[in-house]
Amino acid sequence: MCRLARLEVTAGEIADVQTKLSSIVAMVDQLQAIDTHGVTPMAHPLDRPQRLRGDEVTDQDAHELYQRNAPRVESDLYLVPKVIE
Amino acid sequence: MHTRTLAQLVQDLRARRVSATELTKHFLARIERFDPALNAFVTVTAEQALAQAADADRKLAAGDAPPLAGVPIAHKDIFCTAGVKTSCGSRMLDNFVSPYDATVVAKLGAAGCVMLGKTNMDEFAMGSSSETSYYGPVKNPWDHALVPGGSSGGSAAAVAARLVCAGTGTDTGGSIRQPAALSGITGLKPTYGRVSRYGMIAFASSLDHGGVLAQTAEDCALVLEAMAGFDPRDSTSLDEPVPPYGRLLDEPWDGVTIGVPESFFDDGLEAGTAAAVRAALKDLEKAGAKLKTVELPNMHMSVPVYYVVAPAEASSNLSRYDGIRFGYRSPSADGEDLLTMYMRTRGEGFGAEVKRRILTGTYVLSAGYFDAYYLQAQKVRKLISDDFARAFRDCDIVAGPTAPSPAFRIGDKTDDPVQMYLNDIYTIGADLAGLPAISVPCGFVRGLPVGLHLVSPPLTEAKLLTTAHRYQRATDWHTRVPAAAEYAQ
Repeated sequence: MCRLARLEVTAGEIADVQTKLSSIVAMVDQLQAIDTHGVTPMAHPLDRPQRLRGDEVTDQDAHELYQRNAPRVESDLYLVPKVIE
Repeated sequence: MHTRTLAQLVQDLRARRVSATELTKHFLARIERFDPALNAFVTVTAEQALAQAADADRKLAAGDAPPLAGVPIAHKDIFCTAGVKTSCGSRMLDNFVSPYDATVVAKLGAAGCVMLGKTNMDEFAMGSSSETSYYGPVKNPWDHALVPGGSSGGSAAAVAARLVCAGTGTDTGGSIRQPAALSGITGLKPTYGRVSRYGMIAFASSLDHGGVLAQTAEDCALVLEAMAGFDPRDSTSLDEPVPPYGRLLDEPWDGVTIGVPESFFDDGLEAGTAAAVRAALKDLEKAGAKLKTVELPNMHMSVPVYYVVAPAEASSNLSRYDGIRFGYRSPSADGEDLLTMYMRTRGEGFGAEVKRRILTGTYVLSAGYFDAYYLQAQKVRKLISDDFARAFRDCDIVAGPTAPSPAFRIGDKTDDPVQMYLNDIYTIGADLAGLPAISVPCGFVRGLPVGLHLVSPPLTEAKLLTTAHRYQRATDWHTRVPAAAEYAQ
């Protein structure tokens, strides 16, 4: 799960994380007791279709501003460690 | 000056009884004096504040000032503020200077508000105590050993200690209303989509609501009027006109029926809190409301629903924190591969509660578990929403306690996440259903504030605020200032 979430949990943390996650899962398991036959799932409170807009360009290139926060940039490109295949 | 409400100070500023610069200097001095003990602020923006105040004074003198010109406020550090650090209470964004303003920040700036700083909060808004911040816990001004509630605890503490006139907040499971209740102030979460989420760092997109904390419902009405409105840059923004909430406060409301779910008053509710809320309901009756019993049969499932849906949405929203384009990148990842860099950056950049929620979310969305957890939770969410809709056929407003007990000691619930989650038991329903809700101070238990919680149907903020305003005209709980550290002086 840590790999899926791209989150490292250290050896020192793992026991505590497992205990706490187990108690959370036990709590949410209460949901199984509710009869939801024929109930439509509710994804969010808005009972309306997604608003669409025209397919027009409205943004401008502001990469210089945004890249001020980047850890590693070179020639306007974000630098990343190598990917192992 | 600082015990005046925002509404009163708006008048004082317009009448030039006080200047925006004087007011800003006064509040900045209070922040300097009191915040070291409270830790309500992550960043104080003194220079910008004084520049904004000078600008407000120019406009006030020229007679063409916007509605909230010169009013000193603070923004929860979840709102992006251009050129100013925006941390979300996390190491992950400790080095992040936002390149743009959130719509809420831009609108309140255009209304003339002066930003004194960014307030402290639970990391990524995940918490009910403001203890999980990378910058340390926020203290409750009523007793520094206690939590102010969360996740908007910094804004709550700042308003309670009268360090600002109002603080913006966000509410996903109760994070505006619960800290308002624990800190003895008023906190409003409007209808979902009423306030733009553009520039509001995302936690759970179907549950996140921007709102306000202040001394009174009237103050909240004035700020909401400036904050609310359609925003084309937020795809879930409601395209509905914004009523003049301030002016509507004195509209007649004698026909208001208040529904009270008796099941709320069970053993889980602290006795003093129950008594204070019952007394508040009697006061509302005396002021002209009718009370009746209603039932919300699936409300006891709101915490389990929330702790499936919110972590699921958070696991998606927080996947953007990868150390590539902005934010923390693990220094130990140099020379390692990309996967290691992701794992270490996120393992080190996020605190324990955030990691727990991401892992919970990953689990409930994973193949084989999606139907049993996420889909089931969405169905129970529908049942809870339908319960409210049914109740609103018999009443205008549903009332109850905001929190199951007054403020608790810092460190008391950090070892048991489920115990911490139960703090939101009364507030979560309004987030799941996207309904407007407010908490107002309604009494004290052993010297600690208690909040009364009111919920109303979608887009009925005017009626909700008017009811709260009438209650505050008939009572004075909202005028109390913490005795600790002589905040009134």
